[in-house]
Amino acid sequence: MSILDSKVPKGPLKDKWTTYKDKINLVNPANKRSIDIIVVGTGLAGGSAAATLAELGYNVKAFCYQDSPRRAHSIAAQGGINAAKNYQGDGDSTYRLFYDTIKGGDYRSREANVYRLAEVSGNIIDQCVAQGVPFARDYGGLLDNRSFGGVLVSRTFYAKGQTGQQLLLGAYSAMNRQIARGKIEMHNRHEMLDVVKIDGKARGIIARNLVTGEIERHSAHAVVIATGGYGNVYFLSTNAMGSNATAAWKVHKKGAFFANPCYTQIHPTCIPRSGDYQSKLTLMSESLRNDGRIWVPKKMEDVLAIREGKKKPTDLSEEERDYYLERRYPAFGNLVPRDVASRAAKERCDAGYGVNATGEAVYLDFKSAIQRYGTEQAKLHGLTNASKEKIIELGEEIIKAKYGNLFQMYEKIVDENPYKTPMMIYPATHYTMGGVWVDYNLMTTVEGLYCIGEANFSDHGANRLGASALMQGLADGYFILPYTIGDYLSNEIRTGKIPTNTPEFDEAEKAVTDQINAFINNKGSHSVDYFHKKLGKVMWDKCGMSRNAADLKEAIKEIKAIREAFYRDVKVPGKADEMNPELEKAGRVADFLELGELFAKDALMREESCGGHFREESVELDGEQKGEAKRNDAEFAFVAAWEYKGEPSDAVLHKEQLEFNDIELKQRSYK
Amino acid sequence: MSGFFNSSIGRKYAMALSAFFLMIFIVQHFAINILSVFSPDAFNEISHFMGTNPLVQFGLQPILLFGVVFHFVMGFILEIRNRNARAVKYAQYNGAANSTWMSRNMIWSGGFILIFLVIHFIDFWFPEINTKFIQGDMSGLLADGEGYRYYEELTHKFAPLWRVALYCVGFIFLSLHLLHGFSSAFQSVGANNKYTRGLKGFGKAYAIIIPLGFIFIALFHHFNH
Amino acid sequence: MNLTLKIWRQNGSQDKGKMVDYQVSDISENMSFLEMMDVLNEQIINEGGEPVAFDHDCREGICGMCSMHINGEPHGPDKGITTCQLHMRSFKDGDTITIEPFRAKAFPVIKDLMVDRSSFERIQQAGGYISVNTSGNTQDANSIPIDKHAADMAMDSATCIGCGACVASCKNASAMLFVGAKVSQYALLPQGQVEAVDRVKNMVAQMDLEGFGNCTNTGACEVECPKGISLENIARLNSEFFKANVKG
Repeated sequence: MSILDSKVPKGPLKDKWTTYKDKINLVNPANKRSIDIIVVGTGLAGGSAAATLAELGYNVKAFCYQDSPRRAHSIAAQGGINAAKNYQGDGDSTYRLFYDTIKGGDYRSREANVYRLAEVSGNIIDQCVAQGVPFARDYGGLLDNRSFGGVLVSRTFYAKGQTGQQLLLGAYSAMNRQIARGKIEMHNRHEMLDVVKIDGKARGIIARNLVTGEIERHSAHAVVIATGGYGNVYFLSTNAMGSNATAAWKVHKKGAFFANPCYTQIHPTCIPRSGDYQSKLTLMSESLRNDGRIWVPKKMEDVLAIREGKKKPTDLSEEERDYYLERRYPAFGNLVPRDVASRAAKERCDAGYGVNATGEAVYLDFKSAIQRYGTEQAKLHGLTNASKEKIIELGEEIIKAKYGNLFQMYEKIVDENPYKTPMMIYPATHYTMGGVWVDYNLMTTVEGLYCIGEANFSDHGANRLGASALMQGLADGYFILPYTIGDYLSNEIRTGKIPTNTPEFDEAEKAVTDQINAFINNKGSHSVDYFHKKLGKVMWDKCGMSRNAADLKEAIKEIKAIREAFYRDVKVPGKADEMNPELEKAGRVADFLELGELFAKDALMREESCGGHFREESVELDGEQKGEAKRNDAEFAFVAAWEYKGEPSDAVLHKEQLEFNDIELKQRSYK
Repeated sequence: MSGFFNSSIGRKYAMALSAFFLMIFIVQHFAINILSVFSPDAFNEISHFMGTNPLVQFGLQPILLFGVVFHFVMGFILEIRNRNARAVKYAQYNGAANSTWMSRNMIWSGGFILIFLVIHFIDFWFPEINTKFIQGDMSGLLADGEGYRYYEELTHKFAPLWRVALYCVGFIFLSLHLLHGFSSAFQSVGANNKYTRGLKGFGKAYAIIIPLGFIFIALFHHFNH
Repeated sequence: MNLTLKIWRQNGSQDKGKMVDYQVSDISENMSFLEMMDVLNEQIINEGGEPVAFDHDCREGICGMCSMHINGEPHGPDKGITTCQLHMRSFKDGDTITIEPFRAKAFPVIKDLMVDRSSFERIQQAGGYISVNTSGNTQDANSIPIDKHAADMAMDSATCIGCGACVASCKNASAMLFVGAKVSQYALLPQGQVEAVDRVKNMVAQMDLEGFGNCTNTGACEVECPKGISLENIARLNSEFFKANVKG
């Protein structure tokens, strides 16, 4: 039997959370004043948790590497946030949101956690509106919804194309209120470099003040990790430049199991790379696929002519185009889920049909939509003999109203007018479903150490639905962690202040300074980015959108080799006791170089295709679904939680078997 | 409200309120002066009334003086504070890319207006005060007693070309100052709404027509006498 | 393309700092400005020097971290974008580009092009919030209908990314657009009314305390704001502040 205990409460799914809340231990207000909590990361999850815990009366110390909590990368989420409010009366319910999330996750998430998430989703909207988050409204003054990501109801709340920003600013404002009250001690431009365990419990962290380089000790009765995902293991991703896995990886090394590292989401509609200098990728909202048709040329000679600039995409007739999604998936066409659309683009580009200089781009064409809308508008305006130009003009107006800001963004980056020539898109790493393993309480395998938001593994299984990341971050921070952590802290009221002058702190600090000094004194010959790019290439080529055993085995070897070369030959200029961005990067890349290997190891172990993880060996061999992903529920319906044992290759696998009592496991089909 | 005027925004309010007052005063000043072009008699009558009416002289005139002094002093204080808000200057600062010359140089246009005002006071205001309150001649009559002196004095002042030129330059600076100042004052008191476009247009017209009118008056008297 | 860069180098807040010239070559016009800076830094590291420190994070124009004053303008010559969204095609081969940090007394330089904008934090902490606890029992989100027009205007104000370009562009280093945007967001929504008086008074007091200059309505901030926050927000701040002081 596994040593993992998910601590899911007994009883019917619907009542688990309510019953749990009724029965947990509470901490009285006077005692809360003598309890400290450290929150690392101040995005939606960390920010909302810090604010709520401080409201409750705990002393919160919050940390972020940016110069303000408001800059956390949650801010970049465009689309929206799901909530089972059923304001549209279209049949939405807690159960339906739960069902969609489990199914979207390809049946690899924990039922009880997901149900709880769906249950509190409505509260999030109430809370955010009360905070003054300016969600979009209809003319009656009530909240507006849009539909998102192929679900059957309209349940996504949004604030223009900046929902993440507005929700984060809401959490940030709640934090500011507590900072002003003195209940949150905010440490901006600080990076957590290790967790400190005393008697098996998380009791503090070692952090580096990024401005002065000073190494600081901070103690607390509990530590919360809310540091987001590890998409930057690919070097290029839609994550922020500073997004990193260091906090998550350091706690893993101190005993927290790391779950499902191979589950990453590759988003199909990103702006393609334009050259080797590329530093990050920009996401274009998925909604574009509602009106855009994806294609590449049918003939190789056209591909080459386009790459050489001899032909333009608009020169190609309908017959010369391969609308490959419509061809392969007639039922869903361009609206297949993210993972399917991404893999299909890769398949075409790998076959040599990529349409830009790097060979990694496909077209997203709005011509048909412009034509369709234009004709429709002409009818509406009563124009019986509208000219071609007039129809295009009317159609473009509609497209502009729907996607104007995205088109503008595209034009700024690529310098091409997407109304006139098709957009170029390519998939990019966007979100990581895997993360630190947590139980129902969001506690890791280290006592007193919690992990919330994208940093944990809990709610999205092998694939995340659109507009669910914001929901999970805020649910964890506002409504779940504040209860579950209280249950743990009720045993800490007699502990008293945790001293930082203990051997455990000494040891942790020494390890941190040793690593920093090693980097500074290394005098190698290559910059940190040089190694990060190498790692990224291996990850993308061999642990990317589709994976096979041979490649993964090679990846494991190659990553190990890069890691060794990195420690031998990395060059970190500057000093340890000053603002030193290169030194910061070095520490982060060191951790990615370990995580990347575990990632490949996990992907190799999981010999099935599920969600974002596609194994070329595990496909349907015949029938209508031929060539599509094949899940293996009999052998792989478990969470893979890895225990650190020194080298990533020595990591030990623990399985948490997933049980589905309220939902039937089905194959996803989009044919 | 005492805290209000110690705040940055309160000071801007005060600047704007004094500006409104001065802008109204300029209209009144202009209205009287333009009479000199059409009817010397009417100009004399009203000048005498304004110059001898106790309410104007002892009520409104001190308020006006206070308004003028306040607007200048506060303007300089704010300028010094604003300069201090950026201790290290930019090596390259391309203000023209995002704002008008007028808006960035209110301190210069204002400064030149101050110089002009000093000259203007020496030309008109000090002699008036001297005649009326030091020498005690409140009659407003010419030395030979043949009618009012105001129109004669005005035309006499604008005989020398250098003074006319100086006044023209002064009015150009006034125009530049008003081109930004008019709408800026409304913005400062928090009025920015659907009427703002119209108001800006009106402000531009005001900033050009009034100084141009003054220039016209100066030139008219220079060339007609 | 080949470029000459004049970059402000300052080793820590106590250093005096100076402009230093660099040459970069083979810059692609499709690079973003920060990718060009990456190339420069890689070059400096390989030559054994210390790379230029600059703030950046999301590189898609939303986090508000990047903050360069390029050729005399915050976020460079293009409008409606942040530094990270500026592309090299806005420059020509052989150009000399001047790169400085955002300058204001309230934004002291940390290192090179990196500035400390914690003054913005303190202004927000003085009142940039609505006091509502997280209970799960707040009233239903649809219980107060809000005029769509007001909600949209509040959203326009709320899009501020707190980058500080307004301060950097203002000849007076005034923070009125930033403060105006936050005050406006709440002033336009019914939720913000309860604390309106204290909010605007406290935020303005903190703004003054931080040493920002006074607004003289030049409008530079509005032009340079990457999110197009309008001057109406400053007017609204002025009138909210006046109303608050009349009320008490």
